[in-house]
Amino acid sequence: MTVIDLVSYEDALASYDPVMGLEVHVELGTQTKMFCGCATVPGAPANAQTCPTCLGLPGSLPVVNATAVESAVKIGLALNCSIADWCRFARKNYFYPDMPKNFQTSQYDEPIAFDGYLDVQLEDGEVFRVGIERAHMEEDTGKSTHIGGATGRIHGASHSLLDYNRAGIPLIEIVTKPITGAGDRAPEIARAYVAELRELIRALGVSEARMEMGQMRCDVNLSLMPKGSQTFGTRSETKNVNSLRSVERAVRFEVQRHAGVLDGGGVIVQETRHFHEDDGSTTSGRVKEEAEDYRYFPEPDLVPVAPARAWVEELRATLPELPRLRRNRLREEWGISEHEMQSVLNAGALDLIIATIDAGAPADQARKWWMGELARRANETGTELTGLTITPEQVARVCALVAEGSLNDKLARQTIEGVLAGEGGPDEVVEKRGLKVVSDEGALGTAVDEAIAGNAAIADKIRGGKVAAAGALVGAVMKATRGQADAARVRELILERLGVQG
Amino acid sequence: MPGITREEVAHLAKLARLELKDEELDHFAGQLDDIIGAVAAVSDVATEDVPPTSHPLPLTNVMRPDEVRPSLTPEQALSGAPAQEQQRFKVPQILGEE
Repeated sequence: MTVIDLVSYEDALASYDPVMGLEVHVELGTQTKMFCGCATVPGAPANAQTCPTCLGLPGSLPVVNATAVESAVKIGLALNCSIADWCRFARKNYFYPDMPKNFQTSQYDEPIAFDGYLDVQLEDGEVFRVGIERAHMEEDTGKSTHIGGATGRIHGASHSLLDYNRAGIPLIEIVTKPITGAGDRAPEIARAYVAELRELIRALGVSEARMEMGQMRCDVNLSLMPKGSQTFGTRSETKNVNSLRSVERAVRFEVQRHAGVLDGGGVIVQETRHFHEDDGSTTSGRVKEEAEDYRYFPEPDLVPVAPARAWVEELRATLPELPRLRRNRLREEWGISEHEMQSVLNAGALDLIIATIDAGAPADQARKWWMGELARRANETGTELTGLTITPEQVARVCALVAEGSLNDKLARQTIEGVLAGEGGPDEVVEKRGLKVVSDEGALGTAVDEAIAGNAAIADKIRGGKVAAAGALVGAVMKATRGQADAARVRELILERLGVQG
Repeated sequence: MPGITREEVAHLAKLARLELKDEELDHFAGQLDDIIGAVAAVSDVATEDVPPTSHPLPLTNVMRPDEVRPSLTPEQALSGAPAQEQQRFKVPQILGEE
């Protein structure tokens, strides 16, 4: 293992300009595979979703999934691409057991979508335009399990096991144009691009694009050129960078590594590299021995895809509001800052808050509960907000109970706690736990009288004009009612009884 | 004008994972060269107005609806596998020792 000399990020950027190329694979959420009717249910028993076509058995013939083509066109349109009026599939030939056919059906020089762009917004609001080279249709590969080596790695394995359930699931590969001019913001831009793409894919409804489930995977190409140069350097390709944070880290690491090699008078080897989640480093993978020779040729078993112009325009008309524009619109509607909106996004709370508002809650209340109490609970239990066992409708109901005065904040928190603990919906929890604010004026009056009687000295101070001292009596009443009183009403009653103006 | 060289045949054999002896390379290079030459004759008759064709049928957009059809059972899928383990296809070591 060679020692890698890293140059500090700042020094690297002082001498070089990074050039990035991002390749993102998105697994479509279709019911069936790209070229056969096998189901695509995740977690199915091994090899339970295969057929002669996706196993590459002799005599089988592929037929294209119409929904996958529609999804590809939608993605292309949302990325401001031109849509090919005629394009073919191609065979990408290679020997590796993850494809039983010994080739992957892909598209080569005729992608269905090409020449577009995606505007991405950085945390400070700056918008950066990323050019899109192409988006093409292909199929996923099977899943390998390597046996006999350390920690399941292919190196040192004695043999491997293949599950072909994933082989043939539709993939869209989206390739950027070389991203130049990013400067020291390259890692941030790479992350923002992948995040924006993920939001876009979700908004289109073509995939859940969950990176942790491998539904969206990123390869990071990076090279450096000396400042002032217009000639791209040799690139490295870091494969399977599968979280937003990892994308950012991989770019940063490769900038520092390339700079170290170049500063030392070395040359960058064109190679694929593996990313390591644990320390954010990359290590050399396969050096591209010979130039890759996939011997692409037009797939003879599939006829060309020729999206009719009228159909493309129909699809264009159904595109949803772009996520970036939608976020900016909501941010303005809610009257919050870029920074606050970013927190909402980072917490994965946007759709939950919107659903809560749709269920009748005021925007500020919806945001307050999801970003406050619920975010805290999710954090404590190490789950995502979406993993909490409370629905936006239930949160909206809690907001309504607070608004009508049935609950105060403290009781609302207890109600939420009960819902999360599986005790039922908000109303049920309030009922079972007896959480309603004491609004019975008689009971409240008695508690107030008792508090005054028990704290005569304080009561005298208040009578003498020290209204601020009322807080202590409010506290006593709240304690006596176990927090189930409306504090503002308690204060009113105390001042009324003592004959002073609030 | 040779259609294919002996070196190209050796490269193709490697890509196709075929182990060819020297005399086989000579043999196939000659044969493939003849075949390519024969196919190349097509180019002589194709004029500017004849586009390259990859499919003989004038069809486009042959698609199927996104509806699930029955798959094979894992047992059926694996029935032709030379080796299996954990309901998966068992394949020999992929990377040799370095």
